[in-house]
Amino acid sequence: MSQSPKLLRRLLRAKDHMDGAPHEEWPIHRLAEVSAVSAAHFTREFKKAFGVPPHRYLLTRRIERATALLRDTNLPITEIAIQTGWSSLGTFGRIFRDITGGSPGELRARARSVPHVGVHMPECFMRNAHRPNLNIAVLEKRRIEASGKLELQSN
Amino acid sequence: MTQGINVVGLYVRDQDEALAFYVEKLGFLCHTDVRNGDYRWLTVQHPNQPSFQLGLFKPGPPVHDAATAQTLQEIVAKGAMPPLVLFVDNCRAAYERLSKCGVEFTQAPVDRYGTVDAGFRDPSGNGWKMIEVAAKQESQ
Repeated sequence: MSQSPKLLRRLLRAKDHMDGAPHEEWPIHRLAEVSAVSAAHFTREFKKAFGVPPHRYLLTRRIERATALLRDTNLPITEIAIQTGWSSLGTFGRIFRDITGGSPGELRARARSVPHVGVHMPECFMRNAHRPNLNIAVLEKRRIEASGKLELQSN
Repeated sequence: MTQGINVVGLYVRDQDEALAFYVEKLGFLCHTDVRNGDYRWLTVQHPNQPSFQLGLFKPGPPVHDAATAQTLQEIVAKGAMPPLVLFVDNCRAAYERLSKCGVEFTQAPVDRYGTVDAGFRDPSGNGWKMIEVAAKQESQ
């Protein structure tokens, strides 16, 4: 089913806001306000337009930004967690591991072992290319992995 | 004899709106604006770049059937069209000027890789990166 280009343009504005400031809190009502629609309508139409629910999209932006900071700066991991919108280091570390498969420290070590090639591509596209593909919810992913481990154990 | 790209087109939602944006806000000039029935061939040009035209085209008949036109409009409005890059001599000054006239910036100027860049969208949703020409590139 098609969506109105005018509505999509307004949904894109909300997506742009998350892209521009992923460290900020983006409760649905705030995003809906940017798009000038009701909260329920926003959630439904955003998912339909961009294929992921708004908060999962935000999560991918935060992880991608955290990854870039781990790679490009010497900031302590606690500082990176705060700068990318998490209120606790524990939550950041757990979700980061769930999504990327490694801890922030491991990612930092790995990213630094390969040379960085970013000069010839606009940064926003580079960032997009580095964003994790969260086609399932993090909790769901965790559950599947846990059940996979259980199966291995029973074998 | 020289060879090179002469016209590259963008899809826009509304050609009048796009023309106003590219001419009045970004400082392009209208190069060609001709119609054949409902079809309108519209291009703009930067005054400093006379060999290149940017086409502002609306998806629709006779080029596209209605369903394809709708899909293209949706893709444009979701910001999914390919990247566009605008070079400027002073990114921060251009940002100040363009923000004041209501250009929708998605990223304020940032120092990166020895130059400065910012991001904005046209009214239809096409995303532009605005990059300051680095001194060493100018001398090339």
